[in-house]
Amino acid sequence: MTDPQEKAEVVLRLDRITKAFGPLRANDAISLTLRRGEVVALLGENGAGKTTLMNILFGHYVADEGTVEVFGKPLPPGQPRAALQAGVGMVHQHFTLAGNLSVLDNIALGTESLWSRGRGRTAARARVEGLAQDFGLAVDPMAKVSRLTVGERQRVEILKALYRDAKILILDEPTAVLTPQEADALFATLRHATARGLSVIFISHKLHEVTAIADRCLVLRHGRVVGEVDTHATDKAQLAALMVGGELTLPKAEARVAGPVLMELQAVSTPDRGAAPGLKAVTLTLRAGQITGLAGVSGNGQAALADLISGLLLPAFGTVSLNGTPITRWTPRIAVAEGVGRIPEDRHHTGSIADFDLTENAVLEGYRTRRFSRRGWMNWPAARAFAEGIIAAYDVRCPGPETRIRLLSGGNMQKLILGRALAPGPQIILANQPVRGLDVGAIAYVQSQLIAARDRGAAILLISEDLDEIMGLSDVIHVMSQGRLSPVFPRGTVSAPDLGLWMAGQGFDGARHAA
Amino acid sequence: MRLEPIANPTPLRRLGLPALAIAATMLVATLLALIAGADPFATLGQIATGALGSRLAVLETLNRATPLIFTGLAVAVAFRAKLWNIGAEAQLYAGAIMAVLLGTGALGSPLVLPVSALAAMLAGALVLLGPVLLKTRLGVDEVVTTLLINFIMLLFVSYLLEGPMKDPMGMGWPKSPALIPEARLPRIVDGLRLHWGFGLALLAAALVWVIQTRTTLGYEIRAVGQNPAAARFAGIPVNAVLLKTALLSGGLAALAGWSEVAGLKGHLSQDLSPGFGYTGIIVAMLALLHPLGVVISALFVAGIFVGSDAMSRAAGVPTYIADMLLATALLFMVLAILLTKFRVVRG
Amino acid sequence: MTDIIDILISASFWAAVIRIATPLIFATMGELICERAGVLNLGIEGIMVIGAFTGWMAVYQGMPLWGGVATAMLAGMLFGLLHSTLTVPFGLSQHVVGLGVTLLATATASFAYRLMLPEVTSPPKIEPFQPLDLPILSDLPFLGEAIFQQTALTWAAFAVAGLVAFTLYRTPLGLAVRAAGENPAAVEAQGLSVTALRMGAVMVGSGLMAVGGAFLTLSAFSSFFFEMVNGRGWVCVALVVFGAWKPGKAVLGAILFAGFDALQIRLQQTDLGAVLPYQLFLAAPYILSILALILMSRRAEVPAALMVPYNKGER
Repeated sequence: MTDPQEKAEVVLRLDRITKAFGPLRANDAISLTLRRGEVVALLGENGAGKTTLMNILFGHYVADEGTVEVFGKPLPPGQPRAALQAGVGMVHQHFTLAGNLSVLDNIALGTESLWSRGRGRTAARARVEGLAQDFGLAVDPMAKVSRLTVGERQRVEILKALYRDAKILILDEPTAVLTPQEADALFATLRHATARGLSVIFISHKLHEVTAIADRCLVLRHGRVVGEVDTHATDKAQLAALMVGGELTLPKAEARVAGPVLMELQAVSTPDRGAAPGLKAVTLTLRAGQITGLAGVSGNGQAALADLISGLLLPAFGTVSLNGTPITRWTPRIAVAEGVGRIPEDRHHTGSIADFDLTENAVLEGYRTRRFSRRGWMNWPAARAFAEGIIAAYDVRCPGPETRIRLLSGGNMQKLILGRALAPGPQIILANQPVRGLDVGAIAYVQSQLIAARDRGAAILLISEDLDEIMGLSDVIHVMSQGRLSPVFPRGTVSAPDLGLWMAGQGFDGARHAA
Repeated sequence: MRLEPIANPTPLRRLGLPALAIAATMLVATLLALIAGADPFATLGQIATGALGSRLAVLETLNRATPLIFTGLAVAVAFRAKLWNIGAEAQLYAGAIMAVLLGTGALGSPLVLPVSALAAMLAGALVLLGPVLLKTRLGVDEVVTTLLINFIMLLFVSYLLEGPMKDPMGMGWPKSPALIPEARLPRIVDGLRLHWGFGLALLAAALVWVIQTRTTLGYEIRAVGQNPAAARFAGIPVNAVLLKTALLSGGLAALAGWSEVAGLKGHLSQDLSPGFGYTGIIVAMLALLHPLGVVISALFVAGIFVGSDAMSRAAGVPTYIADMLLATALLFMVLAILLTKFRVVRG
Repeated sequence: MTDIIDILISASFWAAVIRIATPLIFATMGELICERAGVLNLGIEGIMVIGAFTGWMAVYQGMPLWGGVATAMLAGMLFGLLHSTLTVPFGLSQHVVGLGVTLLATATASFAYRLMLPEVTSPPKIEPFQPLDLPILSDLPFLGEAIFQQTALTWAAFAVAGLVAFTLYRTPLGLAVRAAGENPAAVEAQGLSVTALRMGAVMVGSGLMAVGGAFLTLSAFSSFFFEMVNGRGWVCVALVVFGAWKPGKAVLGAILFAGFDALQIRLQQTDLGAVLPYQLFLAAPYILSILALILMSRRAEVPAALMVPYNKGER
């Protein structure tokens, strides 16, 4: 990598961009310049305004104030088409691919006049294959996107931008879904691209990535730029302090002696669901007073395991035992009654009902118990008292229990769900991506509650794509890949790159080693 | 443009916008009257007097509202669970058939009314059960199946009235024999042409309201309607709730047909319902799916129909103005409801 | 059994099959375009009614037949505009809006009919499309009568189906429409407007539905009756599912369906018709549609974003 040349041409200039959503100022007078061949990182915790800023640049949103200039020319607001034509390409955090179409169709979409006959596939295909070769982004252009792995989909997204001759590439949290090795490969691609004159904006909340790839780093907090630093002349501690606005360290779970086995999966298999694999002969024990971390790229069977523990799924083969007794009838209601506390992966889609108030959401799992209903009649005063209890005990910031949950911030929503799951004092806790998308304060709170539950003697299964989170909290770690479970790794016996190899499918019995 | 959720809509917004929807509908009414070459204000006035101007008119409106309350409730209950029951018309006829089947002498005791009401509800529920099972088991969209069953049911009624259920004294008209007196719903007040079906409809509305707000079933129905994935995760048996909703909805729609036969007509004919099942959708939407609101909106809708009939005879504006106004009101209302929750912003 | 064979080998039966299939092909293609773009258009039944009415009324008022077709198409597009305005940028429930559009379009046709013809007891007739006399083909034995004596509108239906298939699978526009029905975010990220694509698809689709309705008055019956569409729209919604959202299969489905319909009409005249109530024959199309839905359930690949409104920037 070459040193950023002071005189390199400015390719992008954002000037005092401001955007408010209702009372929230997501972006407050943010300015940024990007030079040719440079990688600038946009660092900030969740909710700092990074994605909003890039959505303004790309034309998904219109800024309330401020201007965007690309190669010295102002960019008309609110038009992704104009951004694309000016040479801006964006790889969104949630991929924007149509699963039922081929890679080629996804790349060619929108590149030709809608009223034309189209150029024909052969030429387009040759171009995609050429680009793939040049940038080391191997992918079959004729494959259906729904059949691709997450890593391959990301390559398609980058190819989409390159196919349109993008000069500026925006990557929004690109490594969140990758193994460490895949992330390294991505970094190599980016270095290769910048050497050819591409400029990159790299959005992340991970310090080590920012220091590894970026030349310069803009730190955002609460919608404002709180610092702009040369990554070669700073360290992680300084960046961290800038990002969270002072000292805030995440809780670390101290090692502890595990208790008896509370839940045991014995050679459990479940059917595949579309492109997502089911479980393949998974054997797993969850012990009292122990956090079991499950690492893996999402879509590798974690959903099936979570559904199984939640009561939504029964094994096709194998047995699940609770306190030594194999289960036969198994539904979410039975699971809750048997002492399983469940924090679902998606708090908006499965964890809560947006237009229900906090009281109604609080009793979603327990409304059938004698505490909240008798003979089919709801006891709303009891439900309300329960909700008030959670609000007080779990520090849910809200106007009151009659607030619709959609109005709460992600952190407060998660606290209510956490309270709902933990209030009955569950012996087994499923925490599926419990802190995804939360700000640092909420992350610290949720993680400390999980540790407290462990210290009280609960068995916890923590599912996460974030290796830092897994390694920081877990007493023992498994990796899941293609529905298979790795052997158990006790705390401190495995490194992140090692876990990455397992995540990529290496090391499993009979596994074909991926190229 | 983009829609942005409004955190706390003001009461003005929550009530003003639906009121504006009704006002806009009235504006369309004046336009239609103008197109028809009539004096718009006179036309509106004639609709109002036609619906409310005399004791007879009011009674007619109340009678017309009765089946609409039932079908409106049926739709409101189902739509709350996002169960798109568009088959209230078929369920209505199922109820009407049971009223005739049990009310023409098969059952002679004072039990005949409650028994035939229950049988009607059961029949209506069964008609909806098929589409709901197809939805829950096979994922077949219930909108199309319930719609198609409406057509099948009308042909079935036609078959019955020309065959096994034909009135031998009917001079060749396709109609059923008359109900025996014990099987008829009595009038609420002697001498006034308003039967107890109206009272039962009000009772049904109150009951549905209690179910929705006070019972676990009502809570389950709302949860399933708003977010089936979250409901399933929380342990609510989604398919069972949908089936229960269907039974309730189909039963309510059937009572519309049952009360028309047992209360108003006294026999079954092919023109028993001028689309009460479909109008029930409008009634429910105008009521924002609230069971007590259904009563008010059914009265409003019935008033428009009765008033337009009277106005049409006097002013020569086609009576179909009523259907146009109600369809317009439906579309304005769904838009108004959306705008109470979201504001339109640029970019 | 011999009755059925007699029917199947008669040329007039096959001519009827193609005739009955024509409005279904138009409307099914219309619905298919809408659904491929991600919008369920339940306005179809009413839009067919308004197409039947406006096409007929335009010709009755002195327009040429093709002018009637164009008028119907325009009227259909107008209701398509109403439907798509409410369902696309505002993202309202496609079920409720669709039914509302059907009710409004039907009521509009009835209202306008009464307004324009206040006195008539039976609707006036117009001079409908005549079968095209194709050189050689129309005079072929059997095939000539069975297939090649259709009106221009029927040939147009097949041409439209071909055009829809070509556009969807072979042009950038078709790719964009299909992508809008699969993942609108992908469309927007490539600089295209989901709103424009979806609204355009609904308007074009609604125009085709209306032409399907106009076929009934301008080619099949030469007059307008209130109940003449009679659930054909709903049948077409089922046909789209039956055809697995693919134009070719949907056309085959429409022909198959028309075959059963033509068959039941003829079976009514046979010994079977004397035994079974005629209502059973009339109900056959609806029962068949339900069976088709059951048969195809969970087999076809539904457009992933069907009935999912898209709000820009929300992800």
